[in-house]
Amino acid sequence: MVKHHLFWPTVVLAALLLFNFVYSPDFFSIIVRNGNLYGSLIDILNFGSPLIIIALGMTLVIALGGIDLSVGSVVAITGAIACLMIRNGSDQGAWSLVLMAIGLSIAAAILLGLWNGLLVSVVGMQPIIATLILMVAGRGIAQLVADGQIITVSSKPYNYLGAGSLAMLPFSIFIVAAVFLIVSLLTRRTALGLYMESIGCKPTASRLAGIRSRAVILLAYMFCGLCAGIAGLILSSNVSSADGNNAGLWYELDAILAVVIGGTSLNGGRFSLTGTLIGALIIQTLTTTIYMIGVPPEITLVVKAIVVLVVCLIQSASFRQAIAARWRTRHYPAEQEVKTHA
Amino acid sequence: MLNRRFIPIVVTVSLFLLMFAVGSFRYTGFFSLQVFNNLLIDNAFLLIVAVGMTFVIVSGGIDLSVGSVIALTTMVSASLLQQGWPPYVVIPLVLLIGAVFGWGMGAIIYYFKIQPFIVTLAGMFLARGLCYVISINTIIIDDAFYTKMAQTKVNLPGGTFISISVIIALAVVAAGMYIAHYTSFGRNTYALGGSEQSALLMGLAVKSTKINIYMFSGLCSSLAGVVFTFYMLSGYGLHAIGMELDAIAAVVIGGTLLTGGVGYIAGTFFGVLIQGVIQTIISFEGTLSSWWTKIVIGMLLFMFIILQRLLSGSRSALRS
Repeated sequence: MVKHHLFWPTVVLAALLLFNFVYSPDFFSIIVRNGNLYGSLIDILNFGSPLIIIALGMTLVIALGGIDLSVGSVVAITGAIACLMIRNGSDQGAWSLVLMAIGLSIAAAILLGLWNGLLVSVVGMQPIIATLILMVAGRGIAQLVADGQIITVSSKPYNYLGAGSLAMLPFSIFIVAAVFLIVSLLTRRTALGLYMESIGCKPTASRLAGIRSRAVILLAYMFCGLCAGIAGLILSSNVSSADGNNAGLWYELDAILAVVIGGTSLNGGRFSLTGTLIGALIIQTLTTTIYMIGVPPEITLVVKAIVVLVVCLIQSASFRQAIAARWRTRHYPAEQEVKTHA
Repeated sequence: MLNRRFIPIVVTVSLFLLMFAVGSFRYTGFFSLQVFNNLLIDNAFLLIVAVGMTFVIVSGGIDLSVGSVIALTTMVSASLLQQGWPPYVVIPLVLLIGAVFGWGMGAIIYYFKIQPFIVTLAGMFLARGLCYVISINTIIIDDAFYTKMAQTKVNLPGGTFISISVIIALAVVAAGMYIAHYTSFGRNTYALGGSEQSALLMGLAVKSTKINIYMFSGLCSSLAGVVFTFYMLSGYGLHAIGMELDAIAAVVIGGTLLTGGVGYIAGTFFGVLIQGVIQTIISFEGTLSSWWTKIVIGMLLFMFIILQRLLSGSRSALRS
């Protein structure tokens, strides 16, 4: 069981939750207020939903041996486009306007993903650099769309996306569930997942084996853009505003972290969507825990840094060997020690 | 016939001259030595960081922690000065902190074979987080030495001036050029970037080179932090956010190949100047907003990477 790829992430998540339970016993309590469920666990799911969605998209890109640094900028751009359209509409509460704004900003997000994908698969750039371009320029584009201001909207239907509730639960949880279900079905019930793992392991061999790797890579980046777009809509609709400077800041790092904690190797080739889900939940729980126990939230970055390092060290084969070697040398029998000292 | 290796750097220099010329024709008062000097004054810290980054990228790695190390340096300096430590203790100490920080990341990268990207990402979080551990507020520096360094103008012939930071930055560039081309460490860095396997088989000191590269980059970052402290006269955890991207962009625009093995400090120098010119043109234009800087830098990055691809042969483009 220890060998199972989800063992350690689950243990970490359970330990975090247990710590929270010991620290404040009403952590798990969920109460009904105004016909909605309230509680820390619901909050974690609700506030973690953008991160989970982005991390799911990032998982596929990383599985292909790539990386997408531009998700934070895409979050800012989609939020800005949607809010701008709604603000300029005659009736901000109209469903048609909101749906059109959502559709257009999602299309923009997919287009940005396509741009990344083209650079990586057709032009052949390194993924870090290809997406770095959009990461740098994207913030500027978001500012340009928003004209350097924070756009605020007052639209009930749009606000529902990030702050509404359905069947007593926050609506964003259903979006997460839908995205997770679709990705899982697409990758695990069709050959697509297998293709991705193959391309992530050895792109050239996969191409020679007849897999259209370019198309698959393009698709993965477009999907990652789509995910970032959805997350951008949730984030901006939750606060009914779009901030080109700060929306989605650091999200790329959190998403990569979630994917890595979930057991997907940065070298590509194998991926675990459930692992990513758990990884994103770990990060969100960690953030909540830090807020709850009253440590200044600024320390979050230090904790995250240590978590990244530890997780990477555990994943590193040479580190495990070094530890194993030390472990073995400590376990020699006592007689041997006497003999060497004599 | 021009050597293929020099094409990117020639393009960079021509681009810089072209942009400066366009600015000079368009705006009155643009074409002066002082405008050029201001480019150096306002980008001295970026120049220092970019020199360290050039070594890292030439070796085939990447260092995302530089911006955070700058912020950490400003923060440590400011808080120590506030407690009455003298500058001649504080400055060597922060340089040591930066070097040790870089050394630590290099050691993890080498010994545990973890990608530089993720290790320096963790370093970035850590340094930024440590800033907030010290304080979440701005700490103002009113130390006499620091204000003197900030305000001293070094007069040049022709009535123009530069700051002491510029002299430090130019010295770092000169030192960088010397180290890259005339020491075994520099040659090893190029070899490592060309092919780590071959470098190892040739018997080069891969271990010490790799760790020292990151140590050098850490040292450069903290030196840039010291210069940045002169420039801002304060310590703050949010200083130099995104500086790592500016530095990487400057190195790439300067013609260094991201795959490692090829690149020049001189190119990086002009890469930094190009970014400075973009900012200057935008401020001269007046009506354009500062976020255009990011878009233009993004476009330049794109252009230069495409250029690199074309020059380095298109076979590897089929890689994926």
